[in-house]
Amino acid sequence: MLESAPKAALRIRNLRKTYKDVVAVDGLDLDVPAGQCFGLLGPNGAGKTTTIEVCEGLTAPDSGDVEVLGLHWKSDAHELRQRLGIQLQDTQLSEKLTVRETLCLFRSFYHQGPAAEEIIALVQLEEKRNARIGSLSGGQKQRMALACALVGEPDLLFLDEPTTGPDPQARRQLWELIEQLKLAGRSIVLTTHYMDEAERLCEQVAIMDHGKTIALGTPRELVASIGVEHVVEFSAGGPGKTLDMEPLRCLEGIRDVRLENGSVLMQATKLHQAVPALLAELDRQQLALTELRTHSATLEDVFVTLTGRHLRDE
Amino acid sequence: MPDPTRGGARERSTLANHPLAQLTVVRFREFLREPEALFWVFIFPILLAAGLGLAFRNRPPEVLQVGAVTPNLAQALRTEKLLSVREFNSEHGLQALRSGKVALLALPGPNGGISYEYDDTNPEGRTARMLADRAVQRAAGRVDPVSSSDRILREPGSRYIDFLIPGLLGMNLMGSGIWGMGFTIVDSRRKKLLKRLVATPMPRHYYLLSFALARLSMLVVEVGVLIGFGALVFQVPVRGSLLDIAVLSVVSSLAFGAIGLLIASRAQTIEAVSGIMNVVMMPMWILSGVFFSAQRFPDALQPVIRALPLTAVIDALRANMLQGAGFAQLAPQLGILGIWTIVCFTLALKIFRWR
Repeated sequence: MLESAPKAALRIRNLRKTYKDVVAVDGLDLDVPAGQCFGLLGPNGAGKTTTIEVCEGLTAPDSGDVEVLGLHWKSDAHELRQRLGIQLQDTQLSEKLTVRETLCLFRSFYHQGPAAEEIIALVQLEEKRNARIGSLSGGQKQRMALACALVGEPDLLFLDEPTTGPDPQARRQLWELIEQLKLAGRSIVLTTHYMDEAERLCEQVAIMDHGKTIALGTPRELVASIGVEHVVEFSAGGPGKTLDMEPLRCLEGIRDVRLENGSVLMQATKLHQAVPALLAELDRQQLALTELRTHSATLEDVFVTLTGRHLRDE
Repeated sequence: MPDPTRGGARERSTLANHPLAQLTVVRFREFLREPEALFWVFIFPILLAAGLGLAFRNRPPEVLQVGAVTPNLAQALRTEKLLSVREFNSEHGLQALRSGKVALLALPGPNGGISYEYDDTNPEGRTARMLADRAVQRAAGRVDPVSSSDRILREPGSRYIDFLIPGLLGMNLMGSGIWGMGFTIVDSRRKKLLKRLVATPMPRHYYLLSFALARLSMLVVEVGVLIGFGALVFQVPVRGSLLDIAVLSVVSSLAFGAIGLLIASRAQTIEAVSGIMNVVMMPMWILSGVFFSAQRFPDALQPVIRALPLTAVIDALRANMLQGAGFAQLAPQLGILGIWTIVCFTLALKIFRWR
């Protein structure tokens, strides 16, 4: 399968899609090489789902050219359906069917693919094979959705927000599964608004905002592109005193200073210079440090730097 | 590296793995795992038939209560077996009449005659008047010029339950056709399951076909249970051929299925589809002669009523079961059902929304 696959899993040129008066996708270009896990990262409403649904042949674009596995939806829909694995955002499978029955149903639509039992083992639902979908936990339902995408042994897998919900263990379990699929050399396109998900899973990330790509590259490249390696977050105060932020901007190795939810966020190039300088400045202003945190810059910081907003702002 | 996601074992392609078979089996599973649906389709019609059959069972002819204000009158009236006579003074007699305890009061009239007091809009009153007068005249020596005799006919086929069972059968075919289609499809659309299915290589017509196949297999049970119940418990006759009933059931299920598909073709919520289903079915429950003859409605309405699919089904079922009508006689009804099927199905396919 993989040997015969073209080099590009996905090729999008100047894609446009408008819903009534909302421009969902605004002249998007995208190339996804085969064998990669490619992430579309962006806030809600950035156009990720519309883009992916055009690629899945579920939504017709207003204009633009979309090539999936070297094929086109207009002429090769039949073959494409057989070769794609699709997981949609919040599909609810029939609650009255069991895990096994559901997978047998989906399996019957494809010419080839592993047996239902194999998929059940892959997504670690062996103990639930005869349980009804309605009785599964949120994390198990997400793995079930992934299982349904895998029954046809797809050459390209579309995962639209595969992990949503607050259960961190369920997310990690799904990440491990997706990593396993990556090891098997599958091409994957996933959307997410979790930066940690994209950083962990994706070789390449396109950051989308307002229907356009605003940054493209490996997570490492993107983080490097903003020229900031670290973020220092602190809050400080004293009786009757407030922090004067201006002197902070002049400290060595500090790039940007912002106030956010009562704490100060500073982008720093060199942590070992920035922190002592900060402490000295607070000393000078006679303020006590009440909280201090540092972290390496993430895709979230990239998004904030590019747009001034957070990924998960509504 | 060994690839855990590209399994070696392949399931052999058998009939059971055919998408259409899988989809049809899913329809059955979803239906059988819904206890409420089982109740409405199989149990409810039987309870209804049993209840109405009991309520409207044929009773022995009723004896009418009448009153008389003189012993002579009372004696004359008692010669009639169908009257039960009580004696009153005139004041109490009028009270009994007004409160409905007696249907008629006989009073002495002017010139040695008799006067009857009764409500002429009450059928019992009119019957009592005829029976009472006949008894009084005969007691006074009247001889009927023509002798007459009675032959009592109480045969299966002309009772209310005989009228009711085909009506309930038609109502049931309509209900499960429209509900079965409407709820399942709209629920799947609401859960985005329809969208998920069209993202697979599933041929879309298989999805619709699976409903038809599942319905047809369930028909056998559904129709069999109700006709069997009628025959065993109430001796409701089936004078036409069972094969004709089978064909009729299939044709009407297709018609109602097509109507259900049309109703479900765009609705996004269960509330919306329930509303449309009620608007479509309610007039037919009332107009199509399930519980009483559709002939009772004004003549101007009759062409409309006859064009309704439920009327066609019930008329055809009654003609088959009660009069033993064959296909030739049922052609108009089959034609009406065919038109409904084709029009609704074509329209539904045009406007159907998969997402």
